[in-house]
Parts: sequence; C-alpha cells; structure tokens
Amino acid sequence: MIGNNIQLDKNGNLKHFLTTEGLSLSLLQSILDHAESFSSVGERAVKKVPLLRGKTIANLFFEPSTRTRTTFELAAKRLSADILNLNISTSATHKGETLSDTLHTLEAMHCDMFVVRHANSGAAHYIATQVAPHISVINAGDGCHAHPTQAMLDMFTIRKHKQSLRNLRVAIVGDILHSRVARSEIHALGILGVLETRVVGPHTLIPKDVENLGVQVFHDMDEGLHGVDVVIMLRLQTERMSGALLPSAYEYFQRYGLTRKRLAQAKPDVIVMHPGPINRGVEIASDVADGEHSVILQQVSHGIAIRMAIMAMTMGRSPEDSEDSR
Amino acid sequence: MRITIEHGCLFDPAGQLDGQHDLYIADGTIVGIKHRPDGFTSDLQIDAKGKLVLPGLVDLCARLREPGQVHKATFQSECRAANSSGITSICCPPDTQPVIDSTAVVDLIHQRTRDTKRANIYPLAALTVGLQGQQLSEMDTLQRSGCIGVGNALAPIASAEVLRRAFEYAHSCGLTVFLFAEDHALRKQGGVHEGAISTRLGLPAIPEAAETVALSRALLFVEQTQVKTHFCRLSSARGVRMIAMAQEQGLPVSADVAVCNLHLTEMDIADYNSNCHLQPPLRNERDRQGLLKGIKQGVITAVCSDHQPHDADAKAAPFSQTEAGASTIEHLLPLMLHLVKRKELTLEQAIGVLTSQPAAILGIDKGTLAVGRAADICILDMELSAIVDAATLLSAGKNTPFKGWELPGQVTHTLYNGAIVFNQD
Repeated sequence: MIGNNIQLDKNGNLKHFLTTEGLSLSLLQSILDHAESFSSVGERAVKKVPLLRGKTIANLFFEPSTRTRTTFELAAKRLSADILNLNISTSATHKGETLSDTLHTLEAMHCDMFVVRHANSGAAHYIATQVAPHISVINAGDGCHAHPTQAMLDMFTIRKHKQSLRNLRVAIVGDILHSRVARSEIHALGILGVLETRVVGPHTLIPKDVENLGVQVFHDMDEGLHGVDVVIMLRLQTERMSGALLPSAYEYFQRYGLTRKRLAQAKPDVIVMHPGPINRGVEIASDVADGEHSVILQQVSHGIAIRMAIMAMTMGRSPEDSEDSR
Repeated sequence: MRITIEHGCLFDPAGQLDGQHDLYIADGTIVGIKHRPDGFTSDLQIDAKGKLVLPGLVDLCARLREPGQVHKATFQSECRAANSSGITSICCPPDTQPVIDSTAVVDLIHQRTRDTKRANIYPLAALTVGLQGQQLSEMDTLQRSGCIGVGNALAPIASAEVLRRAFEYAHSCGLTVFLFAEDHALRKQGGVHEGAISTRLGLPAIPEAAETVALSRALLFVEQTQVKTHFCRLSSARGVRMIAMAQEQGLPVSADVAVCNLHLTEMDIADYNSNCHLQPPLRNERDRQGLLKGIKQGVITAVCSDHQPHDADAKAAPFSQTEAGASTIEHLLPLMLHLVKRKELTLEQAIGVLTSQPAAILGIDKGTLAVGRAADICILDMELSAIVDAATLLSAGKNTPFKGWELPGQVTHTLYNGAIVFNQD
C-alpha cells in the first residue's frame, strides 16, 4: 500500500498526510470528527484556538493555486501557527536549484510543517522521505496522484448532508484520468464504505484498469447518474478541450454536462458537488451550480475545518487539547 | 603468460561442452581443452574445482557514459563492474555525448578500450545524424572505423520515410539495424506502463501500443527491405508474439530483453521507487511471463543488462523528474542464475542468452570456449550467494532496483584475452 507506513508514526498516528489510500476507517472518521469540532471556531468572535502556537508552517506551492492555498492559510492562522507563503514556480527550480536544495533551505528556517502542491505525481511523497524527522508534510495536490484534503472535505460535506456514508451511491463525473481529486475520493469513499462509487466520462478521460480501484465505469451520463445520492463534478481543464482527448467544450457539455434534466436521473435528494473552480456551461449548467441541490459553496467553508483538523493531527494535537488550554 | 584452469566444470551450451576438463591458455588464446598441448607448461594454475568455467559473457547493451557523462561513470569503473559479473564483451548504444555519428567518436571509444584493457567494446553507430531521426548517418564510414551495427538508441524516428530509407541504406552496407521499438507520440512524457499502477499513482503512462505500433511499422519495412534487424529490449508479451510471427515468416529478425524486465513488474514501482523508472517500462506479470516464454521458445535469443549508471541526483526527485535506467551490469549473471534457481529457465537457456547467442547477433567470434579463440573466460562458484547492497556496487551508478535481493552465484575469476581482470580473492 502506497504511503501507508510513511504516513503514520510508530504509534499509528498521522505524521504526514499524503494520500487517503491505505488509511484506516477509524483514522478517516477521526479526521471528520475533529473537523466537526473545529467548524465552530470560524463562527466565534475570536476565530482562533492556540493549538499550534509557536509552530511555523510553510505553504510550498510549486503550482499556482488561490483557493487551496488561502484555505490552508486561514486554517493555520485559526490554529495560531505562523505561516509562510512561498510560490515557487517550477521555472525557478528549473533554473538550477533542485527540490532537495529548496527543502533544506526551508528546513534551515526551522519550519515544522510543509504544505506542498506540485505538478508531479509523487512529489509530496518524495518530500516526506527527504525532510528532517520532526517535519510533517501535507499534500495539497501532487500531479494527477492525490489531493487528500480536498477528498476529506468532500467526505465531510457528504456526511453533513447524508449522516452516514454507508448505502450511498456516488458518481464522479468528468476527467478522471488527470484528476488527483477523483483518485483521493475513490480511496476515501471505499474506506468509508459507500455502496457504490461510479466514474462517468468518455473513454479518453477514464484511466486504464480504473476498476481495480473499486469503481464502476460508465460512459453514458444518464446511466451513470441513475439512482445516485451524490454527484461530484470534476473541473475540465481548458487544455483538455483541444487535441486528441475531446473534440470541443460544446460536445463535452452535450454528453457530460450536468443539466437539470440529467440530474433528474439521480435520487430526489441528490447533492451536487464540485471541487472548483467551476466552468459554467462546460461541465455544469449555471442553474444546477446555483440550484437547490448544489453544496459547492459549503465545500469551500468546510475546507478550512478539515485542514485545521489534519494540520493539528499531524502535529499530534486534537481539539480537546484546546479545551484544556483555555 | 600461460595459464591452466584446472578441475573446473566447463559449461558452454554452444560448444556443447559440459564436464570436468582442464583448459589451457597461452598468450591470450585458448590453446587446449581436455588435452594438454605438447610441451605446455603453465606459469599459473587456477583451481576451479567445484566451479563452472564459462565463456566470457557478452552484454548487448550497456552505457559506459564515455564520452560525455563522466560524472555518472567511466570506462574504467563500469568495465571493472562488468568483469565482476564475468562480462568481457560489451555493445554500446550510440547515445553518448556527442553521439556516435562521426569517426572521431568511434576512435575515442577505441582508444578508451585500449587504455582500459578490461573488455571488448563494440560501439553501435547512430542510424541518423545526432539521433535526430532526419538525416542518415555515414553508416558505411562508421562501419569501416569499427562500428558493429547501426541504431537510433532510445531516440525516435518519427518519419516512416526516414525509417524506410535508413533500412534500405543499412541493407546496402550489409549492416544490422539495432532498433528500439517505441512510438514517440504514444509514449509522450510517459514513464511507467499504462495499467493499474499508472492509474493508482497518477503517473504519465506508456501504453503497450507504444511498442507494438512501432514494431509493426518496422516489421513491414524489414519485410520490404530484408535488412537484418535486431529488436532491442522488448517489454511486452504481445511484442514477443509479433517477433515470433515475423520469424515464422522467415524475416531476418532477432530480439533481446533487458534483465530487469525478467524480474520486475510495474508493481515494484509501488512507492514511486525511482530506481524502477526504466525505459522500456516495467510492464505487468503477463508481460514478464511472455518475455520468459520468448526465451524458452528461442524467439528472444539474448538478455542484456541495459546498464545505465546514474549519479545520485539523477534519481533524487519526484518520479517523473528522475532519469530512466538502472545500474545492472554486475548483477546480469546472478539475476539469470536467480531465474534458474526459481526454475523459470534452465541453466543452458540462462547461459546461452549471455554468451554465444548475443555473440551471434553481433557476428563476433566470442561467447564460446574453443581452441584458437581469445581466452575470455568466467569462473563461477554456484555455491555462493550475495545480498545486493547499493553502497558496495563497483559501478559508479548505485541506482539498483534489486536492493536487498539475495542472488545466487559468485564469479571468482574473469579473464580477458588471457589476463585476469577480476579475482574475487
């Protein structure tokens, strides 16, 4: 199992958070439970708990991001940590400094945690093998491999609406091939014990042997949505809309765009999710994105609580510790 | 120097030698087998009791990194590593820096070979200038200066027209083409087999079709031009079946496989192990079985190390950013013996693909034990075994994917032209 040993310390506690794959049900549940405790912090007058006071967290973004980076930043601030934002474009590292050199420079600044986003699959894993033993690494998205905090905030959102995840049918729609979100969700949904996970998309965007991850493949949107409790739409990157993968955004929307009519195939209480940013009229119709089934904006606010939970846990702290320290 | 190798069990599948005989060497040449030549007295006796005496091994593909990449390895370091595994003949692909497309580079390689005095080095000439896949190289001139064949290393020849003309021209020169079949457009930025592992790890993938599409195009041109073609480093079971069919049709084609692909599969990449980042990629267990079957059926007649020593930095990065290739030259023989031990191949098969059969592909008089031949000899103790430790590799490249494997067999002596170039003691 990838990452299984490296993610946990010798007592089985979370040390790094690199992938949802191979983690235990109880660990995922405690992440969700901790996030539940933290979600009230944002509603207080003083939006802070002192759990990570004195800790320094470096946001290492080798790939541009606004949404993910800012929620990590907010999460760190609400835990009273000091945060360092570094946008290291890949071109800068191409100019000479190797990734290892960059890391060792930052280690010399006495950071306690690296939040990493990188264009290459496996980058967070690689970094976790390179850093000093006291440093925790959180994967904020590596290539097409994993985006585990996004997956967990989606699980959190589903649990808010559906109570239990058992007996649910979940459809993930779109560019599965390039999606790190989809991979992390597939593993998390499997561990949390959903009835069925489906992936829906054209053959060109479904990776080979994806069934091995425990999903059902659908190439027809209506069939794929039939009877589902949750629809997760994936963003279609503009560069996929030309070339050999797809003929056009227009045709993609005709076949796989989520419209009200299509959504009628799902259960009446279906929820519609999207990791954002959304392409209106490409993967989702505006009236669905803004409609009564959509929980897209809730996902964003849940992102802060989930990231607080994961950051605290990798540093060996839990929400109860903050109750004690008050 | 006159040497007697005493009491050893001579093993040479090609010469059909298999039994305990003494072997006599004088002035770098084998002068007697079984029967001591009249008046022969030896300066040195090597006691090979209980050991196998094999022809020096022939490796069809190893990078010695000279010229151009001495920060990775040198002739001296890599030939020494090769000798420790009984290798005395090495064929080098043309992707040196600069590439082997001028006689100056060939001369340099010959000079380094003479300086090193550890192995016969057979350079392949670039099929196209700069391996760019556009302009034909001066293959005849390069052949005259000592290149043993032509190839385009790992570089693609995108144009079917250029490939056809290169085949035609090589045929006119009587040259064998050494082709690595991989379609560039299908490979793209890929680094691993397209399958369960690429999907799980989200790594850019190389479909099996990258090999089979390139093979089918090349085989059609072989049929048309009748150029003798050796397909280097097959990776898929389907690729093996295509070569088998071509051979049944009577086409002049042969094939080899890299030793890693006989032992490892995509599963070994599991935690982004960059030492398993190889080109061709490790494919699945079905492919591994298909490659072994190819050897058993005589479709694949050689196994090469595909040795690619790297500096530590080349492998210290996220998987896709690392350089492909493994340091394998000193484990080529033990890895083949491992297959024998696991009963996946017979000893005859395992030794045949490392000696007379690759020599036949190159058209050289090496790889057999016979009176009158150069005394390139490997003495092997089958009772010993060793655990692979990257730190103690003789090769300058420590990038082995076999860390911690216990491999059978230990070479105790290697002789090159009658000189002892490796002695375990």
